[in-house]
Amino acid sequence: MIIETTDLTKRYGHQTAVKDLCLKVEDGEIFGFLGPNGAGKTTTLLMLLGLTRPSAGAAAVCGLDPLRMAREVKRHVGYLPENVGFYGDMDAVQSLEYVADLNGIEVRAARKKIYELLELVGLQDHARKKTGAFSRGMKQRLGIAEVLMKDPKLLLLDEPTLGLDPEGAIQMIGLIEALNRSRRITVLLSSHNLSQVQRISHRVGIMIAGQLIAAGSVEDLARERFGLGDKVYTLEEVYLEYFQEA
Amino acid sequence: MHGLAAVYKKELQDQLSSYRFVILFALIAMVSFITSYMAAVHLRENLETLSATRFPFLMLFSTPGVMFSMIQFVAFFGPLIGIVSGFDAINRERSQGTLIKVIAQPVYRDAVINGKFLAGVTTVALMFTAILLVISGFGLAVVGVVPGVEEILRLFIYLVVSIFYIAFWLALSILFSILFKSMATSALASVALWIFLSFFVSLGAEVAADMLVPIDRKNESTPEEVLRHVHVQEAVSLFSPMVLYSNATATIIDPMRKTTRSFVLMGPLEELLSARFRNPLTLGQSLLIVLPHMLALVAITVICFAISYTIFMLQEVRT
Ligand SMILES: Nc1ncnc2c1ncn2[C@@H]1O[C@H](COP(=O)(O)OP(=O)(O)O)[C@@H](O)[C@H]1O
Ligand SMILES: [Mg+2]
Repeated sequence: MIIETTDLTKRYGHQTAVKDLCLKVEDGEIFGFLGPNGAGKTTTLLMLLGLTRPSAGAAAVCGLDPLRMAREVKRHVGYLPENVGFYGDMDAVQSLEYVADLNGIEVRAARKKIYELLELVGLQDHARKKTGAFSRGMKQRLGIAEVLMKDPKLLLLDEPTLGLDPEGAIQMIGLIEALNRSRRITVLLSSHNLSQVQRISHRVGIMIAGQLIAAGSVEDLARERFGLGDKVYTLEEVYLEYFQEA
Repeated sequence: MHGLAAVYKKELQDQLSSYRFVILFALIAMVSFITSYMAAVHLRENLETLSATRFPFLMLFSTPGVMFSMIQFVAFFGPLIGIVSGFDAINRERSQGTLIKVIAQPVYRDAVINGKFLAGVTTVALMFTAILLVISGFGLAVVGVVPGVEEILRLFIYLVVSIFYIAFWLALSILFSILFKSMATSALASVALWIFLSFFVSLGAEVAADMLVPIDRKNESTPEEVLRHVHVQEAVSLFSPMVLYSNATATIIDPMRKTTRSFVLMGPLEELLSARFRNPLTLGQSLLIVLPHMLALVAITVICFAISYTIFMLQEVRT
């Protein structure tokens, strides 16, 4: 288990953003984290990184408590925020250099890695372009390059395909799958793009109003919902079924 | 530690290459150039009559040029340097979504605020040292006076006090950049507080003194009453960092000053005394007079930064 939470809860005043969450993510899998806006997905990811203090419950990420060992956890976990931002007057290389610096990576080692990563995310032709002039899709790919700088064991990606055109979304999903396959990186991604999530996720979790109401592979969830049968259900059908019930 | 070093390095580069730094530097350099030129010309003309002074060099800084001396200019304009360098420190990072990215790296969260503050202070220190050196070189060339060891020491203390003074305003504007999400609001709040603390506190001191210890101007008040009136006024005006700074630096730069009190407030006898015995204070004596002011200045800077630090560490960061 690379992520394990027990009764993780976050309250904002009267409102409960995340309620008694028990989430398990296994080493090496891609876990799709689904749910409508305001369900508490971002809040959960922030608690897993130790950036937000839970109101109750506990989490273990890579076997560490993100509250007390935040820095150690962040050494192994890459987080791509929902609207990843950049310093507009830096170019792609400078942006990555800063991230390398923050990770304590030595300059010479960083240099080599930066160009490898830019190549990996397909930005090698824009290495010296200011990030202020980047399109949404390019920013998202640069964001992926940045989280890979630290050679993570686990990636937390918050809506990585949000706002991308269909082609960009497919590229992004393909990139995530490739990272999982070739580098054995575990991925927890939240998304609305159900068909894409279904394509790459080994398991999915459905969160509604702060509660994880189902978790498992798409077939498992379909069987649980619709019983045994020959019909193959898509994630969309399963999701809507759960959603209507809640 | 690599986190602090990384943030510091980046922030320092940003500061030094920003347009706002270039504009500020040009403005300050220009004004201090003109002011010290006037002072230098004035000094050269009067060098014979002033031969009694043992510190002609320091007069470059304390002699009013056109309207104000270098010291007065910094007292007035210094806060703006601090405010301009700090008012968007944190809220800009929040609004462009880079803050969360930085603290999601394996660094302590305080690396961000410490790095920004230290980079700001370094920028101010560089700017100030450069200007002091230019004025000094200028004085050497135009007036032909060579600074003695004590003068250099005094200038150094002046430099350190000035950096603390501006660091206070930097810390304050960083605090506002944490409290207010909008950059315009935090700039406005900083400027408003600057105007309040720099100008209205002096007025308020007057009012407070009149209220607490009213002096009857027609019927003679007792000397004790007048004294207490002045004491109240001085105590209240110490709430203004500008007053603290002006008092401290004026005494450091001008060894002839034996009190932080303005000459208007001196009794006639005191004035006579200070005029008759025009022997400069030693550096130690000058320091003794302004030590409370300097400590107060350092204290408010530290307190202000500590508040920013605490709030920043407790605040939730989502963007
Ligand atoms: N700082 C905050 N104060 C109060 N409520 C908040 C705060 N941040 C988030 N929330 C609430 O927490 C809930 C979960 O938000 P979030 O985790 O961002 O959802 P998601 O990422 O699934 O869209 C939302 O209802 C949101 O309104
Ligand atoms: Mg979200």
